[in-house]
Amino acid sequence: MSVIDRTEAASPVTTSLFIKILKFRELAIVVAILLVFALTYFKNSSFASTASIQQMLSGPAIIIMLAVGETLVIVTRNVDLSVGSVLGLSAYLVGDLFVHYPHMPVVLALLVGLLIGLVCGVVNGVIVAYARVPALVVTLGMLYIIRGIDAIVVNGVQIQPSQIPQSFVNLGSGTILGIPILFLIAAAAVAIVGYVMRTFRPARDLYAIGSNPEAAVLAGVRVPRRVFSAFAISGALAGLGGALWLAEFATVASTAGSGYELNVVAAVVVGGVAIFGGSGTVLGAALGALLLNTIDQALVASRVSSFWNQAVAGMLLLVAIAFDRYVSVRAEKILRVEGAHRGDA
Amino acid sequence: MERVQTPEEATSRDGSAAAGDRAAPLLVVDGATKFFGPVKALVDGSITLFAGEAHALLGENGAGKSTLVKILAGVHLADGGHITLDGHPVRFTNPIDAREAGISVIYQEPTLFPDLSIAENIFMGRQPLRSGKRIDRAEMIKRAHEVFVRLGVPLDPNRSARGLSVADQQIVEIAKAISFNAKIIIMDEPTAALTEVEVQRLFDVVATLRAQGAAIMFISHRLEEVFAMCQRVTIMRDGAFVKTAAVEDITIDDIIYSMVGRDIVSLYGDHARTPGVTVLDVEHLTREGVFTDISFSVRAGEIVALAGLVGAGRTEVARGIFGIDKLDAGTVTISGHKLKTGSPLQAMNAGIGFVPEDRRQQGLVMQMAIDRNASLASIGRLSHFGIIRQASERKLASEWAARLQLKFGRFSNPVMTLSGGNQQKVVLAKWLARQPRLLIIDEPTRGIDIGTKAEVHRLLGELVEQGIAVLMISSEMPEVLGVADRILVLHEGRLAAEFGRDEANEALIMRAAAGQMKAGVS
Amino acid sequence: MAMPEVTVLEEMLDARPNPLVQFIQLFSPKRWETQLVVLFIVSLLYGWWVSPYFLNLETFFFAGLNFGEIAIMALPMTLIIITGEIDLSVASMLGLSASTLGYLFMHGWNIWLAMGICLVVGVAGGALNGVLVTRLGLPSIAVTIGTLTLYRGIALIVLGSNTAVGFPTWTQKLSLPIGSTHIAYDFAIFVVLALIFGVVLHMTPVGRSIYAIGLQPETAFFSGIRVKRIKFSLYVISGFLCAFAGILYTFQQASSASDTGVGLELNVVAIALFGGVSIFGGRGTIFGVFVSVAIFASLQSSLTAINVSGQAQSIVTGCLLLLSVLIPNLSETVKRLRVKWFHARLRSVRRSGEVS
Repeated sequence: MSVIDRTEAASPVTTSLFIKILKFRELAIVVAILLVFALTYFKNSSFASTASIQQMLSGPAIIIMLAVGETLVIVTRNVDLSVGSVLGLSAYLVGDLFVHYPHMPVVLALLVGLLIGLVCGVVNGVIVAYARVPALVVTLGMLYIIRGIDAIVVNGVQIQPSQIPQSFVNLGSGTILGIPILFLIAAAAVAIVGYVMRTFRPARDLYAIGSNPEAAVLAGVRVPRRVFSAFAISGALAGLGGALWLAEFATVASTAGSGYELNVVAAVVVGGVAIFGGSGTVLGAALGALLLNTIDQALVASRVSSFWNQAVAGMLLLVAIAFDRYVSVRAEKILRVEGAHRGDA
Repeated sequence: MERVQTPEEATSRDGSAAAGDRAAPLLVVDGATKFFGPVKALVDGSITLFAGEAHALLGENGAGKSTLVKILAGVHLADGGHITLDGHPVRFTNPIDAREAGISVIYQEPTLFPDLSIAENIFMGRQPLRSGKRIDRAEMIKRAHEVFVRLGVPLDPNRSARGLSVADQQIVEIAKAISFNAKIIIMDEPTAALTEVEVQRLFDVVATLRAQGAAIMFISHRLEEVFAMCQRVTIMRDGAFVKTAAVEDITIDDIIYSMVGRDIVSLYGDHARTPGVTVLDVEHLTREGVFTDISFSVRAGEIVALAGLVGAGRTEVARGIFGIDKLDAGTVTISGHKLKTGSPLQAMNAGIGFVPEDRRQQGLVMQMAIDRNASLASIGRLSHFGIIRQASERKLASEWAARLQLKFGRFSNPVMTLSGGNQQKVVLAKWLARQPRLLIIDEPTRGIDIGTKAEVHRLLGELVEQGIAVLMISSEMPEVLGVADRILVLHEGRLAAEFGRDEANEALIMRAAAGQMKAGVS
Repeated sequence: MAMPEVTVLEEMLDARPNPLVQFIQLFSPKRWETQLVVLFIVSLLYGWWVSPYFLNLETFFFAGLNFGEIAIMALPMTLIIITGEIDLSVASMLGLSASTLGYLFMHGWNIWLAMGICLVVGVAGGALNGVLVTRLGLPSIAVTIGTLTLYRGIALIVLGSNTAVGFPTWTQKLSLPIGSTHIAYDFAIFVVLALIFGVVLHMTPVGRSIYAIGLQPETAFFSGIRVKRIKFSLYVISGFLCAFAGILYTFQQASSASDTGVGLELNVVAIALFGGVSIFGGRGTIFGVFVSVAIFASLQSSLTAINVSGQAQSIVTGCLLLLSVLIPNLSETVKRLRVKWFHARLRSVRRSGEVS
C-alpha cells in the first residue's frame, strides 16, 4: 500500500460542516434577535424608534460585561457565582468615593471599580486554583461574604443621584454618534477579550483546561495560573460593571446586583458556552445577554405584562440548553460516521 | 550494583550480541529503582534502545513495566539507577522535561481535547506565532498537515477532535510526538482497541517512524503482534530485568517462562463437557447499523465464545441481550421465557449476569468498599422489610472472597486498592452471587496477569460444570480456542461462521472474522 | 503492590461486621460529621456567651420556625447532590406554590383544594426537571437555572404584584408552638422527614443505589440500578416537598407574594454542602445535613441576638462554606505544596552543577 497517495487534501465537506456548526450559534442568536425585533415592531412601531433602540443597546451593557468575564471562568469548567455581589460592592464603594471626592475623574472611578472587582477575583482565583476546591462552593461562599461586607459597609445608607457628578452620569446615559456609551464600552470589552481568546496562547490554554483537564496538565499548561487569571478577570469585569451600574442608575442600595449571577450564567449558556467548559465564545455570551434583554424590552413594548418576561427567559434558557445538546449529539454522530467511512478507504 | 548473571542472561543486557555491531544505543536505562514507601515497584529496571528499532517491553502486571515507563516519561523520579540518552546522563523531574528531551509516551487513555481542532491538539501550548505573539493558525494547520503527510495518514487538521475513533486518536498522539521531534516513542498497549485494518495501519506508521530514525517501545500483552512488529524484546519480572533478546532468538514459551518464572503447563484447563438444556436462545437480533439478524443459542454447561475483530459487534450483541442497548428487532429467550429487552433489571431477574469489558468504569464503583461492590447486584435480596442487612452483606462478600481466592486487605477498603485481577474477581463475585443461569463475560482476562488469568479460566470451567451457561467475548485467540466449546464468529455485525471446539483453529477464525469465509473454501 | 497485612483477629472481625465497632467508627474524629457536632456545641456555647437568653426554649422555637422550610428543602437536595446532580429551582418552586395558594384562595377556592393543587404543581415542576435531566440528558445545573427562572416567572404571572392575605385562622396555628411544647411545627415536620430520608439513604437498597449513581453512574446502570428512574423520582420529591414548604411558609407568614423565597436556593445548597455533601456526588449523610441546619440556626439566633443584621450574617454563612471545603483539603494542599517545594529545590541543585 503506497503511503503517498493516501494523503489527499482535507475534504472540503468536513471543514465547512464543522465551521458551520461552530458559527451556527452566534448566527442563530442574531437571527433570533432580529426576529424578536421584527415581531415586536409589527405590534408597536415605536419599538424601532431611536430611543428604543438605544435602550436595547444600553440595557444589557452591564450584564454583557459580566458575561464576558463569566465566559472565561465557565470555559475552564468552573463557575463564578460571586459576580453579582462584587458588582454591588463595587457600585457602592465607587459611589461612596464620589460622595467624599466629588471631583474624582471619571476614568479613575472606573479604575477603582475595576480594582475592587480584581481584588475579589484574586481571592476567588487563589482559593480555586491553588487550594483546588470546587469553584461552585467557593464562589457561593464568596457571594455570601461579599454580600455581608457590602451590607456592613452600606449600613442602610443609599447613594443618591445628587451625589454623583454629572460627568459620570453622562457615561451612563450619554451617546456618541447616537450609540450609547455604555454599549460602546461593553462592545469594546467583547471585541478585545474575544480577540484575545482566539489569538493568544494563554487564552487557548483556558479552552484546553475545560476540554480535558488531565490532558492540559500533560501538555504543560500551567493550569493553576490560568484558572487564577480567569477568576481575576471575571472579578475585575464585575467590578467595572459595578462602576458602570452606578453611572447608569446613579443610585445604589445594598441590594444592588443581588441575584444577578444567575442571570449572567443564563445569558452565557444561551450564548452557546458549554456549561462543562471547553467551548463557546465571548461574542456568543454577549449575544445571549443581548437576546434576553431584547425579549425583555420587546415584551414591555408589546404591552405584554412585564410579569411575563421572567417566564419567557426561563423557557428560552431551557430551549437553548436542549438545542445545544441536540446540536452536539448530531455533530458527534456526523463526525463519527465520517471518520468511519474514511477508514474504509 | 553487583548481580550474578544467570545463563539466560548470557545475551548481554543491551542485546548487543544480537544487535551485531550497531551504532551506540539511543537510550540506556541501567538499574533504575523506585520505591513507594515500603513497596518495591522497581528494583532493577534496565532496557536499551537503538535508533530505528521497535522494541517490546514484556512482563506480567506488577512486573514494573509501567513504573519504568513512567520514569522515562518524567512522571516519577527514579530513586536510583542511571538513564543515558544519546550518550548524556539525564534525569527527568516532570513530563515536560522528558518530552523536550525527545521521549513521548502514548497512553491507553486518550489525552486529547475534544472541543479543539486536531491541529490545536497537536500544538497546544506551542502554537506557532506571528508578530506580537499572536497564534498563526495558517502555519499551525500547515505544519499539522505536514506531519500527517509524513505519517501517511489523511486526517484533516481543521477537524474537531471530538468523535475520533480510538485508532485516529492514537494517530493524533503520534503526530504530537513527531511534532516534538520525539526520538523515542513509547506506546502502552496500542492495539488493544483497534480493528485489524487499523492495526495494519499502525504497523505501517511504526515502520515509517523507524525508517526516520526513531525508536519505538511497546508494552503489549499480545505476543503474536510483538513478534510481527518488533525486532527485540525485554522481559521483566517482579520489578527487575530478566532478559533481552532478538525476536528471532526467542520463542513464546521462553517469553512466558521468563515472565512467570515457572512453566504454565495448561493455561486453559482440560475438560470434557456435556451440555444440557438450552438456556439462551436469541433469534434475528438486530440493531440498526451495529448488528443484523444474529441468531444462536447457548446451552447449560457450555462455553460459547463470540469471536471477531474489534468493531464486529460482539460487545454490542451482548449489551443488546442484557438490555443495556435497545434492540430494533429480534427476540431473546431465557430458559423458555421470552425476555423483555431493553432493561438490565429484567435481564438480571431472568437470570443473566453481565461482566462488562471495562471493569473500572462499568463493572465496579471504584471508591466503594469491596463488600459493597460484591453485593451491588444483590442488595434487594439482602434486605428485610426494605432495610439492608449488613451481616448478610458481609457474609456474601466473605464467602465469595474465599471461593475466588481474593487477595485484599479489608472488606471496607475501596475496591480500587485491588490489583486488576482481584478487581475482576470482585466483579465476578457480584454476578455469581445472584446464581445466574447465563453468565455473559466480555474480555474476561483483559489487563490481568497470567497467574490470575489461569484462575479465571479454571473458574469458568467450574461454572459450566455446575450447569451455568457462559457466553464469552474475547479478542485473544488462544483464550477463545482454549476455553470455548463452540465459537461463533462475527463479521461486521453478522454471524459469519460457527465452529466446534475440535474443528476450530486460528486460521479459520481469522478468515471468518475478516469476511473471507465462503462456502466451499477450506 | 504489596497488600497491607491483616492479622487473624482483624480478619475474624472483618468477616462479621461488628455493630459496636461500626458505631464507634461513626464518631471518628476524622469524619466531617464529628467535626460538625463539635462545631455545633461550640456555636451553642458562643450563643450562650453572647446572650443569657440564648439557651431558652423560645430561641429553639424561633430557630425552628425560621429554618423549617430551608431545612425541609435541604433533604431532597442532599439526595440529588449525592447522585451528582443539583436542583437550583427549589426556592422558585416554593414561591410558585405560595403564589398559587394565594391566588386560588383569593379567588374563593377551598383552602384544602388549593393546597392540593399546589402540591400537584410541585410534582409537575419536579417532573419537568426530572424529564429534562434524565430523558433529554441535559446538565442539571443549567436546567435548574432555567426552571428557577421559569417557575419564578410563572409565580409572577399568577400573583403579579399582589399579596395574598386573609388565610383561614386555623392556619395561623402553624406559626405557634405545638400544643404546650416549644417545638415549632416546621421543626417537627423536618425531624420526621429527616428520619425517613436518613433511613432511606443509609439503610435501603435505594439509598445504596443513590451513592453508586453518584460515584459511578455507568456501573450503577450496568448493575441493574434504574438510574434514570431514581433521579427522576428525586426531582419529583424535591418539587413536592418544596411546594409543601411553600404552603407552610405562606401560613406562617399569613401572606404570600410572588417574590416569596427569592434567593433561598443558595441557602439550601450551602446548608447541604456544609453538611458534608460533596458537590461532586457520591458522598454525604443526612446526619451531617441535620447538624448543619442546627449550626446555621444556632448561629443565626445568636448573631440576631447581638443585633447583627441578616445580611451581615451572610459573611458567617460564606466563611463556613469556604471552611467546609478548605479544611478537608488542607492536608492535601500542604502535601502538594511540599512536593512542589521539593522539586524546586531539586532543580536549583541541578542547576548548580551537581551530577545526579
